[in-house]
Amino acid sequence: MNLPLGTLRFLGFHKLHELFGELQFRGYRCMGPAIEYDAIVFRELASAKELPRGVQAEQSPGQFRLTRDPRNRYFAWANGPQAIKPFAFAPRESLWQVQRDQEGALKFEPLAPQPAKTAIIGVRACDLAGLALQDAHFLKPPYPDPNYEIRRKSLFLVAVQCAEPAATCFCASTGDGPTPQSGFDLTLAEMENGFVISAGSEAGTEVLAALKLEEATPKQVQEAKEQGEAAAQKQSRSLPGRDLRPVLMNNLEHARWDNVAARCLSCGNCTAVCPTCFCHAEMDEPSTGTGESLHVRQWDSCFNEGHACIHGHNVRPDTRTRYRQWLTHKLASWHDQYGRSGCVGCGRCITWCPAGIDLTEEIAALGVNA
Amino acid sequence: MSANKSAKPKVAVHKFSSCDGCQLALLDMGPALLDLAEQVDFVHFAEAGPFDDQARVDLAFVEGSIATSEDLARIRLIRENSKMLIAIGACATSGGIQALRNYANGMQWAAQIYPQPEHIDSLPQSTPLSAHVKVDFELWGCPVNSTQIVGFINNFLLGVLPRDNADKVCTECKRRRLPCVLVSRGIPCMGPVTRAGCGALCPGLGRDCYGCYGPAENPNTDSLTAQFRRLGLSPDDIARRFKNVNNFSPAFREAAAKAGGTHD
Repeated sequence: MNLPLGTLRFLGFHKLHELFGELQFRGYRCMGPAIEYDAIVFRELASAKELPRGVQAEQSPGQFRLTRDPRNRYFAWANGPQAIKPFAFAPRESLWQVQRDQEGALKFEPLAPQPAKTAIIGVRACDLAGLALQDAHFLKPPYPDPNYEIRRKSLFLVAVQCAEPAATCFCASTGDGPTPQSGFDLTLAEMENGFVISAGSEAGTEVLAALKLEEATPKQVQEAKEQGEAAAQKQSRSLPGRDLRPVLMNNLEHARWDNVAARCLSCGNCTAVCPTCFCHAEMDEPSTGTGESLHVRQWDSCFNEGHACIHGHNVRPDTRTRYRQWLTHKLASWHDQYGRSGCVGCGRCITWCPAGIDLTEEIAALGVNA
Repeated sequence: MSANKSAKPKVAVHKFSSCDGCQLALLDMGPALLDLAEQVDFVHFAEAGPFDDQARVDLAFVEGSIATSEDLARIRLIRENSKMLIAIGACATSGGIQALRNYANGMQWAAQIYPQPEHIDSLPQSTPLSAHVKVDFELWGCPVNSTQIVGFINNFLLGVLPRDNADKVCTECKRRRLPCVLVSRGIPCMGPVTRAGCGALCPGLGRDCYGCYGPAENPNTDSLTAQFRRLGLSPDDIARRFKNVNNFSPAFREAAAKAGGTHD
């Protein structure tokens, strides 16, 4: 796992506030980690002082518990329930409105979002891999999604290397982490007194230049590299990196689907926290008496009733077929669509499943050997 | 949308055994209720003023459960008088909190409480409207909210029924970017088996959903019961989670019975 190319510099902890200041000076609101309901979520932070320092999280199937990091670092937590997805693919938004005029004619009007310029601080390698897959889906020519594109362009991404993967992480096996390789504007590797920092885009290069930092020493660079390698070694779960199409598609009647369906709540939490799931539903919401109607798009899930309703018939009425759809799409037919698996190894679907279902375990039970 | 006032659809709001809270979903709208009153004619809505409980209407919203023989006669008449009958709230859709008496001998309680229990006219069970008459649409919740009622009327005015959202509360919770409190706090959230519609009100305050919108479609109450056990709830505690305002809905009734314990 190599650190990205470009000049590596060093941002001491005492200068972290300057990074926030520089981003705010350039018109970005800074979103960063915050504690909410005993979880770590992204919220707007006024300054570096608001970063929750010394927080770590123990993750296991169906459980997330905050703990103290004995080394008092800023980014010792692996990830929270939320990746970057909601910032680009809005959970719910109006796409267009239609109005009936006095002659009865319909007039359609697109509704473009006007997002604030947003810097997200603390993005993980798995999140960047997830975002790249969302880009592949939503920005695919010749019809890129305009709303997604506008939100996506408003983002400035400050990535951070994972030094303390959670027990649910397996990004090393999917090849997506734990050290960010691309897709960021700036990336950090947290050391004892500060961060090894480098840029991955023109915008990032400009911010880095404005911070006027010393070059990182060869020792610091080496330590950051080794820290990433050690984090990869620490991961205990894994998913076979190869294309799982043949084995999954040849096991569509496996008894394990019934077994997992007995535990699955069909609640869709896995798909909501997944950084790559992109399914959505569209609906119309008429207003009272004005002749106006909004066309709304919101996150949907293959675990929901309406997802498989075709001409009034539900082709996936039970949990067995819904879970199977999720797993076979994510790990098999995703290859046909996007040339790779839809799993980036973040482990969120394991931690945030209220029933504690572990897809790496399900895959193993379906007879897939690593 | 017709500008002809005489063509405004007639609407009635009726109340049965209930707390009146669902009717507040209309009254709480404030000025928006005036916009609504431009589009429909509220011919019977006792809590707001207009009274004509025998009126023939296009749309009847009915709150409350059927708990007395008088209720039973009245809901049948309302059905005859209404082109469309919409059940609103937990009482009308599943029998309400008062259906807890369905698990006990209600007349025995009455004998212990009232000096002259023979004057109590109570059916053996508190039941939802659908147990007695055809219901055209159900709006679940305890109470229902304005968005549900107005959404229904706006769709009705365009000649369609609204989308029946029976997805889990989790779907609304995650769209609000809230962390799952069952996972992060280890509290017994009913969201994974409960119907959406509230906008994840309780998880939005860091609390566990208590199932006031009733069972979602395809609810896996067995699995959620297993999770509640993992969180340390006793069989009684688990049964009580399901035996709330929607205790008489088949899915929650069965889950409470399976949870065991001595709770009744």
